[in-house]
Amino acid sequence: MMKKIIRSALRMLTLLIAISILSFLMMAKSPVDPLTAYIGTNSTISEDAKEEIAEYWGLNDPPLERFLTWAGNTLRGDFGTSIVYKQPVLTVIRERFRYSLALMMIAWISSGLLGFALGIAAAFYKDSFLDKGIKTVCLAFQSAPTFWVGLVMLSIFAVNLGWFPIGLAAPMGKMAWEVTLGERIYHLILPSITLSILGIGKITLYTRQKLLEVLGSEFILYARARGESSWQIIKSHGIRNIAIPAITVQFASFSELFGGIALAETVFSYPGIGSAVTAAGLGGDVPLLLGIAIFSAIFVFTGNLIANILYGVVDPRIREGVSHEP
Amino acid sequence: MKGRRDRFPNVLRLSESKGMEIEMEKQKEPVLAIKDLRISFTMYDRGLNRREYEMVHQLSLTVNPGEIVAVAGASGSGKSLLAHGVLGILPENAAVTGTIEFCGRRLDEASLKKLRGREISFIPQSVKYLDPSMKVGRQVIGPCGRRERKERQEKMRQVFARYQLEESAANLYPYQLSGGMARRVLISGAVMNPAKLIVADEPTPGLQESLARETLQNFRELAEEGCGVLLITHDIDLALQMADRIAIFYDGRVLETAPAAAFRGDGEELAHPYSKAFLKALPQNEFAISE
Repeated sequence: MMKKIIRSALRMLTLLIAISILSFLMMAKSPVDPLTAYIGTNSTISEDAKEEIAEYWGLNDPPLERFLTWAGNTLRGDFGTSIVYKQPVLTVIRERFRYSLALMMIAWISSGLLGFALGIAAAFYKDSFLDKGIKTVCLAFQSAPTFWVGLVMLSIFAVNLGWFPIGLAAPMGKMAWEVTLGERIYHLILPSITLSILGIGKITLYTRQKLLEVLGSEFILYARARGESSWQIIKSHGIRNIAIPAITVQFASFSELFGGIALAETVFSYPGIGSAVTAAGLGGDVPLLLGIAIFSAIFVFTGNLIANILYGVVDPRIREGVSHEP
Repeated sequence: MKGRRDRFPNVLRLSESKGMEIEMEKQKEPVLAIKDLRISFTMYDRGLNRREYEMVHQLSLTVNPGEIVAVAGASGSGKSLLAHGVLGILPENAAVTGTIEFCGRRLDEASLKKLRGREISFIPQSVKYLDPSMKVGRQVIGPCGRRERKERQEKMRQVFARYQLEESAANLYPYQLSGGMARRVLISGAVMNPAKLIVADEPTPGLQESLARETLQNFRELAEEGCGVLLITHDIDLALQMADRIAIFYDGRVLETAPAAAFRGDGEELAHPYSKAFLKALPQNEFAISE
C-alpha cells in the first residue's frame, strides 16, 4: 500500500511538471501578449513606458529563464496576480472553485446514480422499448454540445416558462450575506442539469454494456441453474461486479466534468472556475490560465487516483495483490 | 478391463452390489425422461438470412433414481447443450421442442424455476462458474432470507465436512481455491438441497487421477442415496468406470444407450458401429481405428 502511494505521488509530480512546462510553452508561443492584456489595446502609454514594464516583468528574458522564474514563484505558492480579476490567482481559484464544486458534485452524483440505474434497467430489459429509448436518449445527450444544451434549457425553462433564473449564482442586486441557501440551490438547478446531461450518457451506456457482459458470463449461468431469479442475479452478481468499474468510469470523467463547466458556467453566467477560464482566455490573463491549468490537472489526477484506490478496495484480487493467472 | 478393476475397486464393487436394486428401481418412475428433444438456434447468416441450426436432434434418454447415466461423446458434439436444455438455461435464441419429464411431471419454464437448485442440481465444469467477486461460502448458501441463512450455514458446514473442506474455505474467493477444492465446493453447492437429479457437466477434465476418482466416488455416493445422476463427459474411459448406463453421443444424437457392462470385451453387445469403434479406440484396447 505504501509503495502504491509513493508511486502515485511520483506520478503526480511528473505530471505536474509536464503540465507546467507544456502550458507555459503554449502560453509563450501563443499570440497572447501579457503587456497588451494588462494595459489594454488602445492605451496611450508611450513605447518607452511599455518597454519599461516589459523589462520589469522580464518579458524580454529568454523563455527558459521566464519559466524558471515563474516555476520558482509557483513553488513558493505565489501564482501571480490575475489580470482580469486584479486579485491573486490563488484567491480567484479558491473563491470560484467553491461555486464550481457545488455545481460539479451535484451534476456528478446525480448523473452517476441516475446513469447507473438507467444502465441497469436498460440491460435488464434488453431490446425492449425501454432499452431502445434509453439508448437513443443517451446517444443524443452524448453527442449534444454542452453549450447548446445549456442554451436550450435556458430558453425553455428560464425564458419561456420562467421557472428558473436566467443566470448567476444568486439573485441580482442582493448582498452576498443576504443570499439564502434556497436561493443558491434554485440558481444551481439548471446549470447542474445541463452538466448532468453531459455526463449521463457515458455512464449509462457503460453500465448497460458492462452488465450485459457480466450477464453473459458463466457464473450467471450457474446462478440461474441454482434457481436464482433474474432480480436476485442482478442484485447479487450483476451490481456487485459492475459497481466498481462504473464508479471508476465516473471518477475518470472528472476531466470531462471540468471541460463541461467551462462551457456550462459561461452559458449561465455562473461565477465558477469554468467562467473564470473563459474570461481568462478572452482577456489574455496568462497567470490565471496557468494557475487553472495546474489546478485542473490536480483535480483530474485526484479523480483517477480515487478510482484506482477504489478498484483495489473492492476487487479482492487487486486488494490482496494476487494475480489470478498463474 | 483388469486394469480398470484395479484402479477403482470400491466403485465397481458398489455398482455390482447394486445390480439387484437397480433392477427393482427400474420399475419406478424415472427421475428424468427426455423424449424427442431437439435444440436449435436461430442465427443470422451473411446479410439478414435467418437460419436455424439444429444442434441436438430427436434425443431420448432416461435417468432412473439411483442410477448414473453418462452421456459420452466428443467435445463440441452438443453435450453441454443437453445439460443446459434440461436445466432450462439455454441462451435466448435457442428453441427447444420435445418433452422433458422430471419425476413424471413435464418440465416447463415455470416448474423449472421452482425446481432448479432445489430438486435439480447442476455441477458445472469449472471454477469459472463461480462469481469471482463473491466468497464461495455465500455462493454455496445461495440467496436466502435472514431466517433461512442460519439453517443453510449449518447445512453448509455439514456438507463441507462431508467433502473434507475446511470451514474457512467458505471465506475464500474462487480464485483462491485449488482445483480440488473448487471441485468439492461445486459439488457442495449441488448437494445443499436434497436433489433428486444431479446434472454434472464435464466434472473431471484437468483433474488429477486421484481427484477425478474422488469426484466420481462422490457421484456414486449420491446415486446410492437415491439421486439420479446425469454425467456429461467426453471421457469414455471415465464413463465406463463410473456409470451404470452409457449413452454414446455423436453429432447431437444419442446413437446407443447401453449398460456399462456391454462395453466390456470387444463390444459384441453393442449395436452401433460408432460405439464399437469408440470402444476399440480406447487406450486399453490398443487405440484401434477401424475404417
